[in-house]
Amino acid sequence: MAVDQAQTNVAFKGAQSADLLARKPQTYLGMALASLRRDRLTLAAFGFVLLIGLLALGAGVITSAIGVNPTQTNPANQFQQPYLWPYIQWMLGFDPVTAPTMLYKSGGVPHWLGTDQLGRDQLARLLYGARVSLSIALVAAALSMVLGVAVGAVAGYFGGRVDDIVMWFITTMTTIPEIYLLIIVSSIFRPTPLTLTLFLGFLGWFGTARFMRGNVFKVRTLEYTTAARALGASNFRIMLRHVIPNSLPIIVVITAVDVGALILVESVLSFLGLGVQPPTPTWGNMLNRANDFVFLRDPVTREFMGLHLLFWPGLLITLTVLSFYLIGDGLRDALDPMLKNRK
Amino acid sequence: MTTYLIRRVLWIIPVMLLVALITFTLMHQAPGGPWDRDLNRRQVDASTQEMLNRQFGLDKPLFFNFEGEHILDSQFFNYIGNAVQGDLGPSYRQRGRMVQDVLFEPPKNKPIWDSKFGYSMRLGLLALTMAAIFGIPLGILAALKRNTIFDYSALFISTIGISVPSFVLAIFLIIVLAGQLGILKIIQRDWSNPAAWLVPATVLGFGTFAYITRLTRSSMLEVMGQDYIRTARAKGLGGRVIITRHMLRNALIPVMTIMGPALAGLVTGSFIIESMFGFPGSGREYVLAISNRDYSMIMGTTLIYALLIVLANLTVDIMYGFLDPRIKVN
Repeated sequence: MAVDQAQTNVAFKGAQSADLLARKPQTYLGMALASLRRDRLTLAAFGFVLLIGLLALGAGVITSAIGVNPTQTNPANQFQQPYLWPYIQWMLGFDPVTAPTMLYKSGGVPHWLGTDQLGRDQLARLLYGARVSLSIALVAAALSMVLGVAVGAVAGYFGGRVDDIVMWFITTMTTIPEIYLLIIVSSIFRPTPLTLTLFLGFLGWFGTARFMRGNVFKVRTLEYTTAARALGASNFRIMLRHVIPNSLPIIVVITAVDVGALILVESVLSFLGLGVQPPTPTWGNMLNRANDFVFLRDPVTREFMGLHLLFWPGLLITLTVLSFYLIGDGLRDALDPMLKNRK
Repeated sequence: MTTYLIRRVLWIIPVMLLVALITFTLMHQAPGGPWDRDLNRRQVDASTQEMLNRQFGLDKPLFFNFEGEHILDSQFFNYIGNAVQGDLGPSYRQRGRMVQDVLFEPPKNKPIWDSKFGYSMRLGLLALTMAAIFGIPLGILAALKRNTIFDYSALFISTIGISVPSFVLAIFLIIVLAGQLGILKIIQRDWSNPAAWLVPATVLGFGTFAYITRLTRSSMLEVMGQDYIRTARAKGLGGRVIITRHMLRNALIPVMTIMGPALAGLVTGSFIIESMFGFPGSGREYVLAISNRDYSMIMGTTLIYALLIVLANLTVDIMYGFLDPRIKVN
């Protein structure tokens, strides 16, 4: 009986290790992808960002198909409400009047999301604005990632005096809230999309650098770094082949969250009138008259007539920023193998 | 501990010097002088300009004075010298008023907390209090009911909290509360009524509330996995005793320590909310200074805010030493 038990145990163990041997080896990337595939929320966020990106890329095609233009003004048709809802009611046969009247007023062009104070089509402005807002945020985030990784790696690797000076600078710069520096800089130099991207990138790398430095300190003391050095690898090679790849996962996460934060920063600057100047549309500067309640209200009936001008840019900013945060969170779970073991 | 504290306090000096240097250099990149940009008044003629420049020391070199009696007799070092003594220079736009008076001087016969800065400070405190009152319990409950629908909704709310722009939230609250429900005035003029403060404080504190919720939750989760919790349970202690005496005491340390920086962040970050609600604080003054290009005002406010943040960060390190004896600062 006891022998039997032992034999089955051995057999069981044998089968188990055979299973392990037969299983395909898992790579780091494969594991990360597999765990991402199970994470529906992150996938949804990815999908949303992808959708917005595609819409932004196709802005030209979409708007010319509808027959609208982001800068075409129409003084006779200010503050038109979104055409979408009346159109649905018209098609369902509930309201045969409103939608055709709106169409007549706009000269036959459907303004699906309404028009602004100059009669410009909001959908077109949102699509073109997505181009500007997203590319500013993405490029600035990439720029600050490169700067942060480079500076952080150098400071952490060389330590000593270099590290002291870099850390002094970083500590100081993070003492002034980023938004204040941006406000000062952009109130002096009125930014274009390009210069705004540069300002955001050059003022945004401190956090990444600080994190990178900490990670370099950690990696520098690990055995394989010593081994690489013993084999005669140069500082540069160790940095490039060992230190940076080891920090990459978290850097990717930081950058994803950064993109979201940068979209918010852009909208705050534009809200203050310090961002990209009109007529170039961005999600932020579409909101910049939003706190002008006189502007939002009809002078006679006191009805709010500009709500759609708040709602859509506000919703898009919120959802996009939310998506980037969720992507950041999801990537953190997927990319950190240590974390997975703890779960 | 004492040497560490002294070092940390002395560290403020180079940091503030660099902040001043950066803002000062940026300010002087701005086109035009302080006297020629006031479009509402008559332009100042050349001789008066010269006199004003001499009076305020603007005829001196920017950084180093090689011709004068003293090498540091320059605009920058004089500004620093004055700033150390609490003199932030005259406002370029509000004639006859000093920057520090605009920020810190209350209206006649009013206590000090009725100054612009006092208003912002009180709004920040209210926002922080509200954020903590709602955020800490929510975070604790979310951690205790981990992976339930309650936990997910708490996480969801707090993720929304960091992704919705505060001004969008503010506008919608104003429209709903003032426009549709009629509870609130759209343009509030009387801030002596405490109820009027609630809406701006809610909007201002929403992001902090989200942050506190997440921090409390993750800190609770970490503590819940510790060995001493298992020990306490093995001793047969009841659930409530473990939660209050073992978990909360440890889990709330990180939450307590971020209160200082959170307050500093709220006070310095309130400028948009303040100008939207017409709140008479230093943040609104700052936005006005930007649109008026009142550079001395911008520079003075930035310096004060930077100092506030430096001091807040200092409190974190000090508090950690007191609250958590395991951490030995060296």
